[in-house]
Amino acid sequence: MTKAERDPHTGRMTTGHEWNGITELNTPVPKPVWFFLTLGTLCAVIMWILFPTWPTVESYTKGLLGVDQRSSVEESLKNAAGYRADWTTTLESADVAALQADAAIMAHVGKTGPRLFEDNCAACHGVNATGAKGYPNLVDDQWLWGGDPDAIMETLRVGINAPHQQTRNSLMPAFGRDGMLSVEQRRQVVSYIQSLSTSPGADLEKVAPGKEIFIDHCASCHGADGMGLEASGAPNLTDDFWIYGGDIQSITETIYNGRQGWMPHWEGRLSVADRKLLTLYILELGKDPK
Amino acid sequence: MLNNHAKLERNAIGFVIAIILVGSIGGLVEIAPLFTIDDTVEDAPDMRLYTPLELAGRNIYIREGCYACHSQMVRTLRDEVERYGPYSLAVESKYDHPMLWGSKRTGPDLARIGNKYSDQWHTAHLINPRDVVPESVMPRYAWLMRSELQYDDMDLHLKAMRNVGVPYTNEMIENAVADTLRQATPDANNAFDVFERYGDETNLRYFDGDRRAVTEMDALVAYLQILGRLTDAAGAMPQETAKISDEEPGQ
Repeated sequence: MTKAERDPHTGRMTTGHEWNGITELNTPVPKPVWFFLTLGTLCAVIMWILFPTWPTVESYTKGLLGVDQRSSVEESLKNAAGYRADWTTTLESADVAALQADAAIMAHVGKTGPRLFEDNCAACHGVNATGAKGYPNLVDDQWLWGGDPDAIMETLRVGINAPHQQTRNSLMPAFGRDGMLSVEQRRQVVSYIQSLSTSPGADLEKVAPGKEIFIDHCASCHGADGMGLEASGAPNLTDDFWIYGGDIQSITETIYNGRQGWMPHWEGRLSVADRKLLTLYILELGKDPK
Repeated sequence: MLNNHAKLERNAIGFVIAIILVGSIGGLVEIAPLFTIDDTVEDAPDMRLYTPLELAGRNIYIREGCYACHSQMVRTLRDEVERYGPYSLAVESKYDHPMLWGSKRTGPDLARIGNKYSDQWHTAHLINPRDVVPESVMPRYAWLMRSELQYDDMDLHLKAMRNVGVPYTNEMIENAVADTLRQATPDANNAFDVFERYGDETNLRYFDGDRRAVTEMDALVAYLQILGRLTDAAGAMPQETAKISDEEPGQ
């Protein structure tokens, strides 16, 4: 071991080690490193004092500020509800007709409705509420379960074929798959259904026997005249509105497999005010479809 | 003191002891909180288990890397609670091995997606997301509909879960393979046995609408429909929170 000596180039002392003529500088840790290390430790200690940090035997240190993320989120939710209370209380208590006449409420509906609809409804019914195959158009004047505000509110609350205790049930049987109607019978009834509406291509010879099958198998839900029944959510077959398509192929498929469309229930996920706001929003969209 | 390290460095035993001491700080910080876990993490006695079909769906969720774009964690922030629902609790992922909280949201959070949309929607969306959400950037997963689910080893999956603390019973493990088929085939013999083992809330459906086979789509949709539905603990939280903050001094 050599003696620690001053290095002529840097002016620093060496460690005193020497390996085959190579010596090592004993440079102290730079001042800025000490500075930031101390500062960081100091900040950490202050944070430990102010915020929840260390576990103790039975609990944890709560910190002087008493910060708790759960209570802060509850508080901000409560504050937000407070800001909105001036119009949401009216929304909850007043009936829909009165609300539709209230310009201030409808202005809120116009602002909040689109966000609420996009987050919850647009995935199926589309951003403009015009629906898609299997998902009803909400801006036409055809409603499976009734288009008055109370009926819409109820559909939103319990859903259709949803896992809600009081859900609306509407199950069209699979006449083909479950062997209730033969191929020929299905062809006949498809022709009859086409003849009810303006769907082109009906085989006129099959319409008459098709009508008999319709009366026997379909009329209990869709009505003897095919006009549908709101009580069972059965669609009107005589108009131009089709949920699953009105061409011969789609109707055939519907009769073969049946249809058991599912609308989720929103009770428990959306508040009464939210659901009423959506009802108002949909009714407003229906007045002036985009 | 700063110049005394030379002494320590020249004493082998002393240096080893110093290393162990410093290293154990890290261990202590990670282990010590576990002793207070009963006081800091809420319990959910009503929580039900993943059925074999849902567990298979979870495995597909992991396999396809869904967690890379979807989180399963509603944070304690107002905008998240208003959009997704009650914030997530630790107890909700107690049967998740591994947990799938995620840290990146290219798509929306899925912690509360169960029952929000129909099976039909999920199936259509996984086949081609653009069919139902035109502006979506999610990839297609259409092959899930075509590939049959491999479920002949579901009993082993349940066993593995039991080894890490999920309380599956012997009966559940013995019937795991049959239950997978039953849950996705409500018309099958003894299908309702699934209710007995996993509770009346269990979904028993042809999830993908195809009655001929149990596909990977069935399993994944069954899993998605149970997300956030294993326990109602989160929905009952505000009162609990009030109770906790009452006990805190200085509030």
